Amino acid sequence: MINIITNRDLEVKSEAKGSERPDGRAYNELRPLKIEAGVLERADGSAYLEFGDNKVLAAVYGPREFHIRRFLKPNMAVLRCRYNMAPFSVEDRKRPGPDRRSLEISKLTSEALSPAVFLEKFPRSSIDVFIEVLQAEGGTRCAGITAASVALADAGIPMRDMVVACAAGKANGQIVMDLSEWEDKEGEADVPVAIMPRTGEITLLQMDGQLTKDEFEQALDLAKEGCMKISVEQKKAIKNRYGGD
Amino acid sequence: MQPIVPEITRISVTNLINKGERTDGRSLDQYREISVETGVIKKAEGSARVKIGNTQIMIGIKPQIGEPFPDTPNVGVFMTNSELVPMAAPNFEPGPPDERSVELSRVTDRGIREGKIIDLEKLAIIPGKKVWMIFIDMHILDYDGNLMDAAALGAMAALMDTKIPTATVEDDEVVIDHENMQPLPLNDKTVMTTMAKIGNELVVDPSLEEEEIMGARISIGVRSDGAICSMQKGGERPFKKEEILKAIDLAQEKTNELFKYIP
Amino acid sequence: MILVEDKDIVVPGEILAEGEYYAGRGTFKDDSKICSALVGLVAIRDDKISVLPLQSKYIPKRGDVVIGKITEVRFSMWNVDINSPYSGILPASDVFGREKRDMNKAFNVGDILFMRVVDVDEVKKVKLGLKGRGLGKFRGGILVEITPTKVPRLIGKKGSMINMIKDHTKCEVVVGQNGLVWVKGKPEMERVVEKVIKTIETEAHTSGLTDRIRVMLNQLLDIEEDVNKEEEEDYKEELIQ
Repeated sequence: MINIITNRDLEVKSEAKGSERPDGRAYNELRPLKIEAGVLERADGSAYLEFGDNKVLAAVYGPREFHIRRFLKPNMAVLRCRYNMAPFSVEDRKRPGPDRRSLEISKLTSEALSPAVFLEKFPRSSIDVFIEVLQAEGGTRCAGITAASVALADAGIPMRDMVVACAAGKANGQIVMDLSEWEDKEGEADVPVAIMPRTGEITLLQMDGQLTKDEFEQALDLAKEGCMKISVEQKKAIKNRYGGD
Repeated sequence: MQPIVPEITRISVTNLINKGERTDGRSLDQYREISVETGVIKKAEGSARVKIGNTQIMIGIKPQIGEPFPDTPNVGVFMTNSELVPMAAPNFEPGPPDERSVELSRVTDRGIREGKIIDLEKLAIIPGKKVWMIFIDMHILDYDGNLMDAAALGAMAALMDTKIPTATVEDDEVVIDHENMQPLPLNDKTVMTTMAKIGNELVVDPSLEEEEIMGARISIGVRSDGAICSMQKGGERPFKKEEILKAIDLAQEKTNELFKYIP
Repeated sequence: MILVEDKDIVVPGEILAEGEYYAGRGTFKDDSKICSALVGLVAIRDDKISVLPLQSKYIPKRGDVVIGKITEVRFSMWNVDINSPYSGILPASDVFGREKRDMNKAFNVGDILFMRVVDVDEVKKVKLGLKGRGLGKFRGGILVEITPTKVPRLIGKKGSMINMIKDHTKCEVVVGQNGLVWVKGKPEMERVVEKVIKTIETEAHTSGLTDRIRVMLNQLLDIEEDVNKEEEEDYKEELIQ
């Protein structure tokens, strides 16, 4: 039996000391964020987003003709989302193709974006959202939803608001905003949230880990606060595309 | 599903090309603007982002320890895969690789394999039992014509950017040291030039519109010493022998230009 | 209270005004607030606030004139791609009377036609027609695509922009409301018109465009003249030899 020993895992354990976050951020500080709209030629709308070491690309086609009869809706558009990770986006190469996690995230993304889109304006059509994670560093589902909103706006799809997502959670005993990959893996709880920023209505909510009710409420508020900060960047990205601001 | 090209577009583009001009103002043997960036994905041990015109591909290289093929027990292994993700074009559908995607992977692979670009012997760790497996994954992000050349150029740039951990054997155990990375052992470089036959002419680096109306295409992979290491004809119309010979000359000339984009 | 100015760029969800105003196109009402539904430019006229989209698909309306591509020949109709989420149907009866129909003799897959939108039903099924002046199949020429929202800018007030282009280049130019434009003339002139149309598309929301396009046309036509003169000189030289 041949064992393979690697020194990669050893680094990670020595990271957290005291109540400081491993990357030195404050409890309510986001990782560096950069969003650009209109980055692809063929897609109707697109956005590229960097959030910490996450690199995510989102693209939209639609509204467009929809041929699959049994899913066709007579009085509104069908919003379809596909979240996918590139094989080279993670430390251990991921085999190409959808896995169970990607399918779940695709469904959640679609449900997070739908409440904002005026689907009734486009009967018998489809609006297709594609998210490709080029590099992953914790929080890709939130990054994907945030980028997808920008891509939808870039495509000229009418919406009630631009949905935005951010996670909060508990790591090292502290409630913190925007978990890094390490905090996500080693922490006590993870709460990804998406909202429509104007009204604060929640369109995505998940939780895994262990939290008291109070802790959960704190995390939710912190996540929403993170969302509002990210929302400013989304709007800037769109306006910059058209030479505004 | 192939898009339907308007008849008047087919005629006007072909007439223009027969006069030696192209709709975007290029000459018949001219490439669109090319850009190659390496080291763009930190999680990958090697990576490159290549653009030819608006066609854009992200390539990532990831090594893994695995078993060699039984008929070549003392050399490493590499595999090439491409994903024509649905965002890249309105008619790309999600799903397992289709014939187009498989052809792209296999042609890119062939150039590297037949050109003996990677020094596979240096990738054996415990001969017969453990070797390095190099995965070349090409993620097509935006399709605006000529995937072959972009894929070949990007894959080569990514390979040259690749550093793998040192693997040593101690007491029958393989020890991988991520603190000591070394460049992927390469013998040479290879790139590819594609030409489309439209009307009576060969055009280099067909745009999307040109690919949609072309009768046939020929892609030729060349190594830095001028050796031809792969060829692929595509499309439903035939070529004459003289056209192929002319294409080879063109490819050897144009690949010299392409080599300038990789270090 | 109006919170934005005319011609501001706004995004979906942005609050434009609070109170008693009319919600125009591209906006929606949420309680007493009027919000933008789109990425676009604010247009304030008296008490009505609208948002004009910067990017949009063409949605067919009865009476529109459109340029379309035949995608399928069926027994008694043609399927037509009109550059929209909704494709159209051209019934055979628009071309044939009671006589026997040879559908392929009339129109084939890949043909480009200028048609009228005869009817659009509640689920956006589109019926097209050929009865009308200038409607029918295009022969020769090239096709140029422009974002449908920029079509009015391409036509100009009372056709001022499009007529200027036609006069300068001596090309036939037909503009479909669905964002497709057919151009026919000398091949070099067709390319000049294509360049001009693409420029109008990028700069549609800026002012002084008509003048800049006039200058652009003059420059491009001078270049064409020079090229023609060169070719004439070359030809004369050849003759002498």
